[in-house]
Amino acid sequence: MQFSESWLRTLVNPALSSAELAHLLTMAGLEVEAMETAAPAFTGVVAAEIVSVARHPDADRLNVCQVDAGDAALRQIVCGAPNAAAGMKAPCALPGAVLPGDFKIKTAKVRGVESSGMLCSARELGISEDAAGLMALPADAPVGQSLRDYLDLDDCLHTLKLTPNRADCLSLVGIAREVAALTGAPLNLPRTPQVAVAAPQTRAVRLQAPAACPRYCGRIIGGVDAKAPTPEWMRRRLERSGLRSISALVDITNYVMLALGQPLHAFDNARLSGDIRVRMAASGEKLLLLNGQEIALSDDILVIADATGAKAMAGIMGGEESAITLETTEVFLESAFFAPAAIAGRARRHNFSSDASHRYERGVDWDNCANALEYASALIVEICGGAAGAVTDAVDKAHLPKRPVVRLRPPRLAKVLGTPFRAAEITQYLTRLALPFTRVSTDFLVTPPSYRFDIEIEEDLIEEIARVHGYENLPAPEPKGQLAMLPQPENRRAQTSLRQQIADRGFQEVINYAFVPEEWERDLAANALPVRLANPIASQLAVLRSSLLGGLIDNLVTNLKRKQSRVRLFETGRCFAYAGNGHRQPWHLAMLAYGTRLPEGWGRDTRAIDFFDLKGDVESLFAPAELSFIRCEHPALHPGRAASIQLAGKRVGHIGELHPQWVQKYELSAAPIVCELELEALASRTLPAYAEVSRFQPAIRDLAVLVDQALPLDDILRGMKQHAPSQICAIQLFDLYQGKGIPEGRKSLAFRIVMQDTQRTLSDADIDLAVTGITAYLKQHFQAQLRT
Amino acid sequence: MQDIDRIVQEARAAFAATDNPDALEQAKARYLGKSGRITVLLKELGRLAAEEKRKAGAAINQAKAAVEAALTGRREAIKQAALSARLAEEALDVTLPGRGEAQGGLHPVTRTLERIERLFASIGFTVADGPEIETDFYNFTALNTPEDHPARSMHDTFYLLDEGGRLAEGVLLRTHTSPIQARYMQAHVAKYAGQETMPEIRIIAPGRVYRVDSDATHSPMFHQVEGLWVGENVSFADLKGVIADFLRRFFETDDLKVRFRPSFFPFTEPSAEIDVAFTHGAQRWLEIAGCGMVHPNVLTHAGIDPERYTGFAFGFGPDRLAMLRYGVNDLRLFFEGDLRFLRQFV
Repeated sequence: MQFSESWLRTLVNPALSSAELAHLLTMAGLEVEAMETAAPAFTGVVAAEIVSVARHPDADRLNVCQVDAGDAALRQIVCGAPNAAAGMKAPCALPGAVLPGDFKIKTAKVRGVESSGMLCSARELGISEDAAGLMALPADAPVGQSLRDYLDLDDCLHTLKLTPNRADCLSLVGIAREVAALTGAPLNLPRTPQVAVAAPQTRAVRLQAPAACPRYCGRIIGGVDAKAPTPEWMRRRLERSGLRSISALVDITNYVMLALGQPLHAFDNARLSGDIRVRMAASGEKLLLLNGQEIALSDDILVIADATGAKAMAGIMGGEESAITLETTEVFLESAFFAPAAIAGRARRHNFSSDASHRYERGVDWDNCANALEYASALIVEICGGAAGAVTDAVDKAHLPKRPVVRLRPPRLAKVLGTPFRAAEITQYLTRLALPFTRVSTDFLVTPPSYRFDIEIEEDLIEEIARVHGYENLPAPEPKGQLAMLPQPENRRAQTSLRQQIADRGFQEVINYAFVPEEWERDLAANALPVRLANPIASQLAVLRSSLLGGLIDNLVTNLKRKQSRVRLFETGRCFAYAGNGHRQPWHLAMLAYGTRLPEGWGRDTRAIDFFDLKGDVESLFAPAELSFIRCEHPALHPGRAASIQLAGKRVGHIGELHPQWVQKYELSAAPIVCELELEALASRTLPAYAEVSRFQPAIRDLAVLVDQALPLDDILRGMKQHAPSQICAIQLFDLYQGKGIPEGRKSLAFRIVMQDTQRTLSDADIDLAVTGITAYLKQHFQAQLRT
Repeated sequence: MQDIDRIVQEARAAFAATDNPDALEQAKARYLGKSGRITVLLKELGRLAAEEKRKAGAAINQAKAAVEAALTGRREAIKQAALSARLAEEALDVTLPGRGEAQGGLHPVTRTLERIERLFASIGFTVADGPEIETDFYNFTALNTPEDHPARSMHDTFYLLDEGGRLAEGVLLRTHTSPIQARYMQAHVAKYAGQETMPEIRIIAPGRVYRVDSDATHSPMFHQVEGLWVGENVSFADLKGVIADFLRRFFETDDLKVRFRPSFFPFTEPSAEIDVAFTHGAQRWLEIAGCGMVHPNVLTHAGIDPERYTGFAFGFGPDRLAMLRYGVNDLRLFFEGDLRFLRQFV
């Protein structure tokens, strides 16, 4: 809501500067989000009259004007404007003036003719975009007066960002009331004279949906001149409120809405027949709106109808068919109260909003309908002429909003705000807010006025007291509370420490959008049915991710384009999938590694990263828990280089090299290694449990065997561990070799076996027995040959 | 006797002339060996008379000790020189870069969220989480924002389709982290049902939220961190105190102005927006959070008696806080995954 400070000051005029006024409003919850003067800064411009115009002797398109700018003598000004004419009044910038854009005016010769000043267009003064000619001033403009004073161009325009609860401030009177409450300055409300009833026409009103419309005031005004010009003062106030002047009748309804907050609608009375019916629309009923949109109404939309059908969406927008035009001579003027619940959301449903619906869905003062109708009638008769008929004021009292008394208890006020208020202070604040109250013992019983839709409970009054008192004047003590220690479950691992651990292994965290191209889901998760948005911001961001991999690969592509050659990324985030009637949305962790094993540099391992590097990272995240990796197929991964990750027999994720097909599609020169895990699997860990440390020397034996090349190591290791005697405390693969010297189809595995007993030193016989046992097991189960 | 002095001088000179341990041992033999000059002198003593023998003996022994001392000194010097030479040879160019994995880092928003969590944990706030596909009920209704409430238009909500491609009823992408409040309070009430006094609720709930909005200052996905403190005597003054304390600690400066100005949220009453301005620099007020006293309807919805318990809630924009803290000027940088940007926060 934009308003003119000059207009406001006719209603309430506190001793505050524009900036102070804006601060006051902002700190009372009426945030002033922008402030500007009606015209940009300029100096030295006065109203002037062109006394005579003569052709410039040396230029076809220039005129030499004699101008009365209020000085003793006329001044000569060369001017190129096509509309310059003797007798015209226009702004004149005198020598020494500075126009917007730091344009300085000096006396100069123009094609040999002296010119002392400049006649200005509206655009040159920054008042409007109109550059077609000189800005024409009214005939009664006082010659010599500063243009800024004459046109009130220093008027400050404030733009309020109103919260939805303060519908009462969607008008000048409402803002003025607020300023009066905050400053104590007196309030001068506009006088609304009763218009004499001078015409016999009336139109009856039937309230057929009284819950949605409990009050409807209307009257006919006949014999109006719809072509009458809108007075300059009204046009200026409208424009400075951000509304365009359209025609006198429309302007007047808008003006009263801005002044009082009551939306009005003017019908062309000649296009109405029979009684006005305020009813719910029939389902499917058609209405062509003023904005040209034809809509099919639904039965929860309130309409204004006549004998022939719906003429307007009540409180939202009028219909094209009954709209006033410049030919209209008889107006039916509506000033009604529509219940917020009957209006709310309806315009949005049809993708538009209007000034009327904006006010009605937040709440309009039902006690002001007749008053606003009188005010508008008086302006119409004054500006467009005509004679007003009697007012039809249809009211269904039972359905008018109630204003139950709200009790304010001073102890409660103190409890909620954290500081006590004296009764005298509360009295003063309520009085300034014009909230009528009575006292019952120490309590205040407040009856909210009809224009306040936001005072229903005690907390609402507490907020009012706090607002007028000033939030900044409330104390801000250091926090005090119960000192109970927070639980620190040792078997849970916080996401924070996990993320730090991943970062410590060289990965950089990224955060990607949860919405992704559908293609990623199809390619990388074989997900034909991703969770779909009803209203995506863009068609390529229409589905929710079920995997974090797409985002990481996209980040990789972007970073490679930016000449990053080694990329290690991770992300944690929720992923989404349909699950029965609901959704699954588990937290995932994904990692991606690309490029060399270590950052490039002098004297280091320059090989490219491979599966086992990332596998090592994953294993370290889970330590001390042990994982199994089982070859698997996954749509994102190379089928021979992919594994599902299992923890205690449960699949918790997968790891592998990106499938060559996607490497090609995403134009990568090598395959990144990626993994994706359910974060919950990482969240728990076991508490350490002490096992006795042996005081005896361990015995170490190495054992090398040849086995079938395709045999997974895990099978062998697991078998060995299961069959090993209890003294064997560790078996570790320390070498893998295939190639020269090893028979085709076989590989050499070298194990280091560590044996120890907590009670004694093992004898050679013990050791030999254990090793022989393992060797025999390997021979028997895996056809292993001992290498010597 | 002059002979003896000369011998000592010659020995010293011979030792000093070599820096080779073998040559030194050879030189030693020339003076102290079996037929070394000092040894020879000692052998010749026997031929002297007793009185002279004693005098000469003392002189020779003195000379011998001097030669031995010179020898020991020289041996030590040669050893030191060899060690120094080895050390010099082994010297590294210590300015060469270190080897190993480069340090990764957290995202600046994560970093900010963790900082916020730690600060609030220090006064007893625990971290809570909630779903991002949220029900209409928890996102709006439980927060005192019924259907068609004008406040719903303040949130440009993402809605979802169901598996059949129809509009999914009653679900949406959460537009704020406030539904976590409602969920947590319900769970808390259930946990302590039947107890005379409910322990205080103090939670902080960070997370991703979604709104249909995308330009230089708005991202369709962004972060919020919700805070909630409910107890028997939690007031608006406490809210101001906690927030002021937090902001001072977060920005690690006292050169910070904080103001609370009245605002409106359906789920708090009284409500406020929190603006900050740094006393250095532009001094412009920047809106960084919304907050207020939990609306009695919200408490009632959760099963908490609003007469007995009061509380406050706040919602910060950690993206904005991170921008202010680290001087980032474009919100979109956070979501582009550009390593050149992200590595600055290692």
